[in-house]
Amino acid sequence: MKATIKIRLKNGVLDPQGKAIENALTQLDFQGVDNVRQGKLIEVELTETDEQVAKAQLMQMCEKLLANTVIENYDIEIETAS
Amino acid sequence: MKAAVIVFPGSNCDRDVAVCLEAASGQKPYMVWHGDNALPDCDVIVLPGGFSYGDYLRCGSMAANSPIMAEIVKRAGQGVPVIGICNGFQVLTECGLLPGVLIRNKGLNFVCRDTRLIVERAAAPFTNQYKQGNEITIPVAHNEGNYFADDETLKRLEGEGQIAFRYAPDDNPNGSCLDIAGIVNQNGNVLGMMPHPERFAEAALGGTDGKAIFDSLVEFAS
Repeated sequence: MKATIKIRLKNGVLDPQGKAIENALTQLDFQGVDNVRQGKLIEVELTETDEQVAKAQLMQMCEKLLANTVIENYDIEIETAS
Repeated sequence: MKAAVIVFPGSNCDRDVAVCLEAASGQKPYMVWHGDNALPDCDVIVLPGGFSYGDYLRCGSMAANSPIMAEIVKRAGQGVPVIGICNGFQVLTECGLLPGVLIRNKGLNFVCRDTRLIVERAAAPFTNQYKQGNEITIPVAHNEGNYFADDETLKRLEGEGQIAFRYAPDDNPNGSCLDIAGIVNQNGNVLGMMPHPERFAEAALGGTDGKAIFDSLVEFAS
């Protein structure tokens, strides 16, 4: 199965890259752009077929390596073959 | 004093720091590959600066999961001094030996220049050759040196005297919380700092204010 992990900076954590993107968008004349935040998206393919087991594995991966929970939150989405 | 310098793929200050350690102690440090599981008996462990794993994912995050790290965490727990410089500091936060995290510089630029630091903690094993309140100059060179931690952690660092070095108030190069340039763990035997003392340990390099760290370690070991 395939999983998508979205990693976002927590609220209140300074995001200078997001700020720079916001400024660039404003300079490009896009009006009303506010609060741009940059994150990461990680795709993983797993041989595991049990969704619950996969979810538990993915959470461990996030806690151990993929996210730094001091500054980041993560969301796991699992795509099961239909 | 026998030191062990850990070499990660992408370390680039490992040899510089080895030169400083040898100059201070008269003994050649062990150079230990990150993929090893065993660490020789040593008086101090050094995680050098550089760009381990090309800074992939987050600075220091891959190196923090290298095979050798389990042994380093164990030795740190036994009280062996561990110092992480620049990328080494990032590795120490990623592996949990130090609290907080180093995020992108506030100004988005890579900053490479001398910084003025205030010595906040003059104590063994790393800084007993300084005096508390000393202003010293040591260069930084980093893209992610902006120290961040939640308010509770920052209060604890301040309250417990765990801030080792602060940038002078008008000389914070990266937006670090509380102007933090270096911190120690609760036991005081793990130091992480963004400035590079190994780059200012010989007059020929422009300054010698970094040398006292290596001298402090030698004194502690003797």
